[in-house]
Amino acid sequence: MSVFKDSGHLFRLAALYIVGSLTFLGIRGFLVPKSFGEYGHYRGNAIAEIAARPIHFAGHQACETCHTDVQQMKQSGMHAQVNCEACHGPLAKHADDPSVQPAKLDTAVLCVRCHAVSAAKPKNFPQVAALDHSNGLPCETCHKPHSPAISAGGAK
Amino acid sequence: MNISRRQMLILLPAAAVAWESILAGTPESSPNYKMTEHWWGMLIDIPKCIGCGNCVRACQAENDVPDGFFRTWVERYHVTDWNMENPEVISPDGGKEGFPSVTQDTDGKYFFVPKLCNHCADSPCTQVCPVGATFISPDGVVLVDQTYCLGCAYCVQACPYGCRYIHPQKKVADKCTLCYHRITKGLTTACCEACPTGARQLADLKNPKDPIHAFLKTHDVQVLKPQMATGAKVFYNGLDGSVR
Repeated sequence: MSVFKDSGHLFRLAALYIVGSLTFLGIRGFLVPKSFGEYGHYRGNAIAEIAARPIHFAGHQACETCHTDVQQMKQSGMHAQVNCEACHGPLAKHADDPSVQPAKLDTAVLCVRCHAVSAAKPKNFPQVAALDHSNGLPCETCHKPHSPAISAGGAK
Repeated sequence: MNISRRQMLILLPAAAVAWESILAGTPESSPNYKMTEHWWGMLIDIPKCIGCGNCVRACQAENDVPDGFFRTWVERYHVTDWNMENPEVISPDGGKEGFPSVTQDTDGKYFFVPKLCNHCADSPCTQVCPVGATFISPDGVVLVDQTYCLGCAYCVQACPYGCRYIHPQKKVADKCTLCYHRITKGLTTACCEACPTGARQLADLKNPKDPIHAFLKTHDVQVLKPQMATGAKVFYNGLDGSVR
């Protein structure tokens, strides 16, 4: 039995290893978030947290629930496919609480963002050299932004 | 402990209901949204892009993107006939305030290329993360868990499209989320909402009714850097060969 003479050392080592492993697993179980590994090697709850961030653009469906008159006017014009917030900016706050008034827009700045003439733009896109075209007059003097063709008429 | 037959009959269904609620787990934040039913991408129609920069501004407003950093940006290419391999590319402030006007048709051609995270199915950026802070969600959106990110910037280097940055205040990786907080609520992304010409369209590749399928059948569509086999899901219609 001389082989096992000093086997006490091995048992102590094994005990130490087991205690160490258990401590590691305990601390790991405590530190690793519960949802880690739910879908893959990441924290599953992160998806719901990112999805819960607040929105700033309400979306044109929200605008159209109230502003049906504007929607109808737009439908017949060249800007039918342009969403409300493309020009008006993010208005989720206004959609949640209509007493929050959107800022007044300056057509002189807004229209040329898209319609300033440039040979880099697609050829079929309507473009003007603003100064030559209107001599500094704001665009809305002649064009109604929601239905911009002059013959189309209608309110602003 | 003695339980009478009557008590047992009452307890059994109660225990079954309790066990059901344990198995069901916690509900998702958007009750009608099922991650397994979507696979998100985007379609970019280059001939429609006018370089107005609406998408860049909308993205910054929607996602509080710090100044000088971009989750999406627009590049203007100028390709000349005599040097097609080396186009002149500009993107002043990400194209946020538009581009300087080109007065007349000079040599070559011009076009705009909007760029954003390609939400790659086999993305290099998620593979290099040492802590599992960035990942592709079950619905195909590459996201960053900012509470887990160390800010080591491996992913910033790994992205072949330059779509990631380290947030200057938070010191963690930041990128396009494909407006995950919007698309899970049934809205489109902020950039698509603000695009006046429909040059950008959100696409759900798992939805058979999505117009993307008809478009892909009838158009010659390309992704950026296809040779890298990243599984990019931002599809470009009319992409010039000079675009890198």
